[in-house]
Amino acid sequence: MNETVLRIEGVTKRFGALTANDNISINLHRGEIVALLGENGAGKTTLMNILFGHYTADEGSIEVFGKALPPGEPHAAIAAGIGMVHQHFTLAENLSVLDNIMLGTEHLWRLSSDRAGGRRRIDQLAKSFGLGVAPDARVGDLSVGERQRVEILKALYRDARILILDEPTAVLTPQESISLFATLKQLTADGLSIIFISHKLNEVMAASDRIYVLRAGRVVAERQKTATSRQELAELMVGRPVPEPKAEPQAPGPVQVELVDVTAKGLDHVSLAIHGGEILGLAGVSGNGQSALADLLSGLLAPASGTVRLFGEAVHPWTPNRLSELGVGRIPEDRHATGLISGMSAMENAVTERYRDPPFSRASLIDWPAVTRFTERIIADYDVKCPSPRADVRTMSGGNMQKLILGRVLSSDPRFILACQPVRGLDVGAIAYVHAQLIAARKAGASILLISDDLDEILGLSDRVAVMYRGQISAPVARAAATVESIGLLMAGHGFAHGADAHAA
Amino acid sequence: MRLEPRSAPAPALSIVYPALAILAAMVFAGILVALGGASPFSVFTLVLKGAAGSQFAIVETLTRATPLIFTGLAAAVAFRAKLWNIGAEAQLYIGAVMTVVLGTGLLPLPWPLLIPVLMIAAMLGGALTLMGPTLLKVRFGVDEVVTTLLLNFIVILFVSMLLEGPLKDPMGLGWPQSPKVVADAQLPRLIQGKRLHFGFLVALACALIVWFINTRTTHGYEMKAVGYNPNAARFAGMPVDLVMVKTAILSGGIAGLAGFSEVAGLKGNLTLDLSPGFGYAGIVVAMLALLHPLGVVVAAIFVAGVFVGADAMSRSAGVPSYIAQVMVAASLLCMVVAVMFTRFRLRWR
Repeated sequence: MNETVLRIEGVTKRFGALTANDNISINLHRGEIVALLGENGAGKTTLMNILFGHYTADEGSIEVFGKALPPGEPHAAIAAGIGMVHQHFTLAENLSVLDNIMLGTEHLWRLSSDRAGGRRRIDQLAKSFGLGVAPDARVGDLSVGERQRVEILKALYRDARILILDEPTAVLTPQESISLFATLKQLTADGLSIIFISHKLNEVMAASDRIYVLRAGRVVAERQKTATSRQELAELMVGRPVPEPKAEPQAPGPVQVELVDVTAKGLDHVSLAIHGGEILGLAGVSGNGQSALADLLSGLLAPASGTVRLFGEAVHPWTPNRLSELGVGRIPEDRHATGLISGMSAMENAVTERYRDPPFSRASLIDWPAVTRFTERIIADYDVKCPSPRADVRTMSGGNMQKLILGRVLSSDPRFILACQPVRGLDVGAIAYVHAQLIAARKAGASILLISDDLDEILGLSDRVAVMYRGQISAPVARAAATVESIGLLMAGHGFAHGADAHAA
Repeated sequence: MRLEPRSAPAPALSIVYPALAILAAMVFAGILVALGGASPFSVFTLVLKGAAGSQFAIVETLTRATPLIFTGLAAAVAFRAKLWNIGAEAQLYIGAVMTVVLGTGLLPLPWPLLIPVLMIAAMLGGALTLMGPTLLKVRFGVDEVVTTLLLNFIVILFVSMLLEGPLKDPMGLGWPQSPKVVADAQLPRLIQGKRLHFGFLVALACALIVWFINTRTTHGYEMKAVGYNPNAARFAGMPVDLVMVKTAILSGGIAGLAGFSEVAGLKGNLTLDLSPGFGYAGIVVAMLALLHPLGVVVAAIFVAGVFVGADAMSRSAGVPSYIAQVMVAASLLCMVVAVMFTRFRLRWR
């Protein structure tokens, strides 16, 4: 257990004036799961790139299984038994699982491929680690969780004894994450060692034995899992105390948003009422109709039947434009694909919903000075870090993009806010900021629908909680009455009209 | 070695890099000239002389640049909204057909009325030509690159049919050409006795108007947003399909004006060699100009100068005038690389 399999000693890497890694020392024992915890930009990725020979360290050395790893040679780490599972999978979608795993493991000059042998090894690996995947399935047909299993099998097939996972749960549902953690425990029981890169406190606490906290390129702390807490890790990671925003209890106002028996593509007779001054959390395994509901309430998808009333009125026409005019603020799920237009500047993005109205334009002529002043106010009020209103949003970090969207939404004092995955991919500081802003909007009387894959986020912010399953929505329950277990059962389909068959299967 | 995005493209770079690109293209073309056995310096001097060495040369270059400014603007406007209009050639010919149909005596109007009417008719003709492919794209997702490109051949055959039939000049000695437009339909020459005509000023005005639309109006803003990210634009509440249609009207209309300007300003009648590929050259002009409407003017004059100069050079130096196409093509490729460097910087690791 105490054998050290990987030793990183005093690694320093500078990029010009920036020191990305500053004298980092880390060691990993046999059969251990170590977490590298740090915000975006703390130096986690640089360190891994040095380990894999993509960068050469300016100072320091790396030892694997007691032997020095030659710097700057990408194959050396793999040959030494280190396997990496990237955040964005490196799989060929049109090939089978078997082909993907065997790809590049055989000599180019072989006349035939030993597929039978490959299949036997994969079966055996899959069996001994509980990584069940059909070898002949096309990767494009697999779920995200299954693809990740293929990535892990790929590393094991190449005889990896040390496994590095980069933000492995970023694309997984809570259920898939739990099953991933079980797999990791099983791998370590067999003697593998695992480095787990993450910025999510919960999963670091759930999955690892030991935790290194990185901040601004340095290791600021090393903790045993049993000797630390979420709160301590959060403070170490950010470098200052992080307030966990709490919503004060308040009496709900009148119903602002009302869906009665609404059907649409992906929605099955949905009814829902959201009051003013209330956050309604919508949980559910992703892919159960949340995006259809989000599209509906964004105005992109019109209801096929049933009635929707916003602020007491029927709405016509049902378009994004009309909804924003009525006071619906929309935070989309994907800030890159639908939230912002990369290639355009912060100021051009700040007015995408309001450029037709005064003061931003008159008689189809845009008043750019007014747009600039407005953007400067958002930048100041919502703590957006960008060099100028003219900066391309593509150069901004995810957190600052989200703050810009938040500023765009909140500056028009919306009466209803649709928040879809509002903190996905953000670091701790930005998450606290976004949550605090949502709570402030709630206090000001707005109704908020919070759609999230993260159950902790839902249970932390919501006044009432509902669950979505196969296009249906459960009756909301008060936060005080909701438990992880009861919500989890609903997420698995218990209590829904057609939920029983899913359970039987 | 890797590319890093620049946080804000420096304005100086967007001048310096294109200039370097043209220089690199000259060096490349110079090597080819040397391989062909001529002296690059004397050949380039001859090209420059032929393009700008005399009043005649300058007038000739600007005359040649006029249709390229129109077609270049047509491409630049459409490409900015990611409407890939490859059909400026067809729109140009339909604009010319409208000019000839209405301008050969059908409308007995004095010139102050007739010329605006002909311009509007030519723009409508061009816009309608692009409308089919645009509606197919918006409604059914049909790729407009294919439809606009193929429409070029259909329209040119259609024009050929007209010139052999209803539009054929009875006094044309059997040549496939239309009658001349009436005197009231002709644009005045800018300089007495020279080929440069009023259409050049119309082209400059068009460039200014497009620049104004792009930078100051909500429509220009919508075109940019839809071009960069139609999904985000739709989410924000922009009428994406309507923006495409409006873009098509603007782009096709400007291309139609090119046909009007060539007929009413230069040729007087419609023949099948009215455009030696101005529609396609407009795409190159737009790309060289990085889709900037004022850059289109500069790029069109550059491309026209290279062609006019190379014609003159080939007569005296014996190097084929095809070198003009090599120079323009090499400039385009270098420009693409230069554009990349204004937006990204190269980092050695």
